[in-house]
Amino acid sequence: NSEIFELKAELNSDKKEKKKEAVKKVIASMTVGKDVSALFPDVVNCMQTDNLELKKLVYLYLMNYAKSQPDMAIMAVNTFVKDCEDPNPLIRALAVRTMGCIRVDKITEYLCEPLRKCLKDEDPYVRKTAAVCVAKLHDINAQLVEDQGFLDTLKDLISDSNPMVVANAVAALSEIAESHPNSNLLDLNPQTINKLLTALNECTEWGQIFILDCLANYTPRDDRESQSICERVTPRLSHANSAVVLSAVKVLMKFMEMLPKDLDYYGTLLKKLAPPLVTLLSAEPELQYVALRNINLIVQRRPEILKHEMKVFFVKYNDPIYVKLEKLDIMIRLASQANIAQVLAELKEYATEVDVDFVRKAVRAIGRCAIKVEQSAERCVSTLLDLIQTKVNYVVQEAIVVIKDIFRKYPNKYESVIATLCENLDSLDEPEARAAMIWIVGEYAERIDNADELLESFLEGFHDESTQVQLQLLTGIVKLFLKKPTETQELVQQVLSLATQDSDNPDLRDRGYIYWRLLSTDPVAAKEVVLAEKPLISEETDLIEPTLLEELICHIGTLASVYHKPPSAFVEGSRGVQHKRLPGTAGVSEAPPAVIPSQGDLLGDLLNLDLTPPTTTGPPPPTSGMQMGAMDLLGGGLDSLVMLCDPQMAAGFGAPPAVMPTSFNAPVSGGLDDLFDLGGGVGMPMGSYSPPKTVWLPAMKAKGLEISGTFARRSGVIQMEMTLTNKAMSVMTDFAIQFNRNSFGLAPAGPLQVLTPLSPNQSIEVSLPLNTVGPVMKMEPLNNLQLAFFIYLFFFGFGLYKFNCPNMASY
Amino acid sequence: TNVKSVFLLQLKVLICRNYKGDVDMAEIDHFMPLLMQHEEEGLICPVISHGNVHFLWIKHSNLYLVAMTNKNSNASLVYSFLYKLVEVFTEYFKELEEESIQDNFVVVYELLDELMDFGFPQTTDSKILQEYITQEGAKLEVAKSKVPTTVTNAVSWRSEGIKYKKNEVFIDVIESINVLRGIEPGVNANGSVMSSDIVGSIKLKTMLSGMPELRLGLNDRVLFALTGRDKGKTVVMEDVKFHQCVRLSRFESDRTISFIPPDGESELMSYRINTHVKPLIWIESVIEKFSHSRVEIMVKAKGQFKKQSVANNVEVRVPVPSDADSPKFKTSTGHAKYVPEKNLVVWTIKSFPGGKEFLMRAHFGLPSVENDELEGKPPITVKFEIPYFTVSGIQVRYMKIIEKSGYQALPWVRYITQSGDYQLRTNV
Repeated sequence: NSEIFELKAELNSDKKEKKKEAVKKVIASMTVGKDVSALFPDVVNCMQTDNLELKKLVYLYLMNYAKSQPDMAIMAVNTFVKDCEDPNPLIRALAVRTMGCIRVDKITEYLCEPLRKCLKDEDPYVRKTAAVCVAKLHDINAQLVEDQGFLDTLKDLISDSNPMVVANAVAALSEIAESHPNSNLLDLNPQTINKLLTALNECTEWGQIFILDCLANYTPRDDRESQSICERVTPRLSHANSAVVLSAVKVLMKFMEMLPKDLDYYGTLLKKLAPPLVTLLSAEPELQYVALRNINLIVQRRPEILKHEMKVFFVKYNDPIYVKLEKLDIMIRLASQANIAQVLAELKEYATEVDVDFVRKAVRAIGRCAIKVEQSAERCVSTLLDLIQTKVNYVVQEAIVVIKDIFRKYPNKYESVIATLCENLDSLDEPEARAAMIWIVGEYAERIDNADELLESFLEGFHDESTQVQLQLLTGIVKLFLKKPTETQELVQQVLSLATQDSDNPDLRDRGYIYWRLLSTDPVAAKEVVLAEKPLISEETDLIEPTLLEELICHIGTLASVYHKPPSAFVEGSRGVQHKRLPGTAGVSEAPPAVIPSQGDLLGDLLNLDLTPPTTTGPPPPTSGMQMGAMDLLGGGLDSLVMLCDPQMAAGFGAPPAVMPTSFNAPVSGGLDDLFDLGGGVGMPMGSYSPPKTVWLPAMKAKGLEISGTFARRSGVIQMEMTLTNKAMSVMTDFAIQFNRNSFGLAPAGPLQVLTPLSPNQSIEVSLPLNTVGPVMKMEPLNNLQLAFFIYLFFFGFGLYKFNCPNMASY
Repeated sequence: TNVKSVFLLQLKVLICRNYKGDVDMAEIDHFMPLLMQHEEEGLICPVISHGNVHFLWIKHSNLYLVAMTNKNSNASLVYSFLYKLVEVFTEYFKELEEESIQDNFVVVYELLDELMDFGFPQTTDSKILQEYITQEGAKLEVAKSKVPTTVTNAVSWRSEGIKYKKNEVFIDVIESINVLRGIEPGVNANGSVMSSDIVGSIKLKTMLSGMPELRLGLNDRVLFALTGRDKGKTVVMEDVKFHQCVRLSRFESDRTISFIPPDGESELMSYRINTHVKPLIWIESVIEKFSHSRVEIMVKAKGQFKKQSVANNVEVRVPVPSDADSPKFKTSTGHAKYVPEKNLVVWTIKSFPGGKEFLMRAHFGLPSVENDELEGKPPITVKFEIPYFTVSGIQVRYMKIIEKSGYQALPWVRYITQSGDYQLRTNV
């Protein structure tokens, strides 16, 4: 290639200017993506120069190509080492900065000595660069950094006299600590905290962010320390940089948890937070977006902060769509009786805009307002009816979906609008809207004269419908039949046979069977079950589960707070990392929960679920209703479990019975007994000792249900003792447990007895007697026990969670 | 929590800087297609993810600045930094665009190297950067070979040894009024103001020698309450934001605004005032749309401010349907113009005295075949500026300037009120 050839000649020219121009050309080629790695030796030859600009260019080249030419890169080492001793601090810093960016092992070895000197350099510019270089080196070779004692030097730099050096040392340490969560690198104590708070006043805006983000990881000893840190952090709320403000908000939101609510300062702090949060909405749109996503979390955790600031969330015509959607969400969260009139007027305005996603969300928001603020329900319904009159297709469909929810919140109040809804039946082409409409027709069949005709009209294309529509249609027609049995026998036969015989969908088929069996064995029971009164839906939908919310508050300003997902959900290699939690108010720091490594996602667990073989095999597909009647409802273990897993079905049934396969036909194993005896053998009084409970299933993993437990032996019987805590916002009922095959054949001796529903924030102690006659399967490790836990939650529907009980080891 | 790399792109990558070695640079190739896909779906978002990689981007004219990360980075820091990049590049090259990047790639690389290290933002003050990273490198070899101590100083925004013959400070107090006016539901009439606030900004042009200590005194109600003073009009500032140079803890404890100013131009502080302001220019509009035939617009503008004051360069922008044609205008003052590419009538009044009222009528034809595309309902917007006046009544009471050499310096103050986000919703 002639171009390369020419450049080669120019690089080796004697004239300084020509050399420099040649290197510039090389960099230019590199920038546009040409491969100029062939010039490596020639470029490196230009490295020894007094010309700073030329040196920078050569360094830049090296950073790009060293990895692909590791052997030749070694040629550069000498110059680097020499440059690290240059009298000019700019060159010393440049050398140490660049060396850290060359990820070649051989070079790394030579970096240690220069780095050690630079960390103690007299010039703060060099020290601050060297501090970052430790993090770079750690990223390449962590062991080397530890062996060389660089971490201690870095920790010492926190006490440096120069604020920029402190800030970079903090940043580097935080970065290293993040990849080594258990290293205890940032052992923050009141002294270091004090140093950080002092540096906070003097360093650049970015340094302030590093320090604030680091402070947020600290847990104050008591409320007094907490308050004094808050007092020193609040001035940052007046910083012009939005990122400084958000990081300060994070520290304050976290430490505020430790302040007693009756403390004057607590109220003062709450008041101080609102204005800066509002001002963030005048920042650039992307920063507004981050701010809004975070405000969404803040109003869920502490609604009082922004309760008077509704107006600032009103949508402006020129807001970008992502800002509009977020504002809308916050408006609903802040909606209350005091401001509902204004909010509704706004929402109605938005619903006539042109942006489809925004309009849809606005219509939904009106429905959510109706559910949240009872006094406004009537106005909301009439607004929705007005919107339906516009005949804009997607507006009508959204309106119908939310009206269904309104019916569920206020039964027997707004059913007069059903006629209007029915007029729009033909225009509905979205599954959710069709399903909602069918639900309404079925639920209120007795008031709709032509309910049978309406539902029948959907049956024709039954197989082309989506699953949710099919399920609703099945349930709707069964409801209709139970209400008007005489005219609709044929219709119900038709839908049952469509669902059970012509469908491949197991959910649909099983629901069909259940109805069929119910109707044919005991129509009275069927009526009680299918037409049972449903629990009212609660005020706030789509709130973030409290444990997750706590974690996200600890991550204010970060991507996690933007995604509303814990970092472990999107950062590779962070699965074992502890979830951050807010400190408790008691003034003592709570120990973080023991994290049980998850074995995959919920779906995987469901599919993996190692079900005990049912006592009878599943029934063959019936050909008539009569034959069905003879079947044992609980006969098919699998079928009934699938039934339980279906939230809608469960809702239709009121409270589903908890099914617990109790008969195990496996060989008896003494394995566990032996283990239990061991405890006695070392002198523990039998039955009196049991290890403390540990968290088996953190609430975050199970829609708010936390399970902690331990094993004990009482009067010779092995007991599994559990504390179930409801950290969700809705009532939990119907608990059931299943033991997966384990090494000891451990299985429950009786069903799990949790008789009362578990209210939010309530805990319950449960003791489950166990025996060892269950099926045996060798587990790795041997004492690993895997449990599947079923719960029914109003709202979230049915949950099935699989987890391990690690503390069997203590026996 | 940091950035892995920064890219500048315009359909293709113009320049990039990889700050950490652990993300595949080729990942950026997914950015543009994903962005375009989101745009098509009408779901643009400032964060785009592809597998484990997250792109945080902003757009400057037709250039995309993209930061790439695979960690739980501090998103607000990333966006702040990207905007800072725009600011620094703009100060260096006047315009940040494809050409200026390509023409100055050496300086761009140097800057990217100095602005961020291993994903941690470093020195981003362009005035200080210009002391050791210059465009005509060869000529300033001597100056460039030293790190200004300013970079690592606690006072990182001002260099030592600045000299002026005449020491002066120019203070501009600029207030922008944001107004959002609703409509009365159902009727084609003008509603009331739903939200309004004032965003103020105090800008400095400092031409002072040495390292001067400045103190700014405002008629801040909280300060007056603290010091027990209670004469004259005071202003309640809802929220205040300061330039890096202001000692925040001092302000927090006794409301003193004390600082060593950056040299030259800077924004010292901004504030927000939540009081309900009377819209200085009140607009009443009647827009009647007769489908398939015509649109008739009548706009009345009233100056709701003191008779002695004058609003300059007033622009009332009235939206019209996109398929409107054959415009006709009649104005009692000023000049109306149809801007078809923006679907607007712009009514301009060079000088609008307080208390006066003016009228504009416009008439448009509509095609008999209606445009079946749904159109939004853009608001009427108003632009104006009124000199020698702040709507909040904020005043600079004093500016004390103390420098160890003891020179006398003069502060000059100028007030101006202008329109901010001034939106009046319409029914059509």
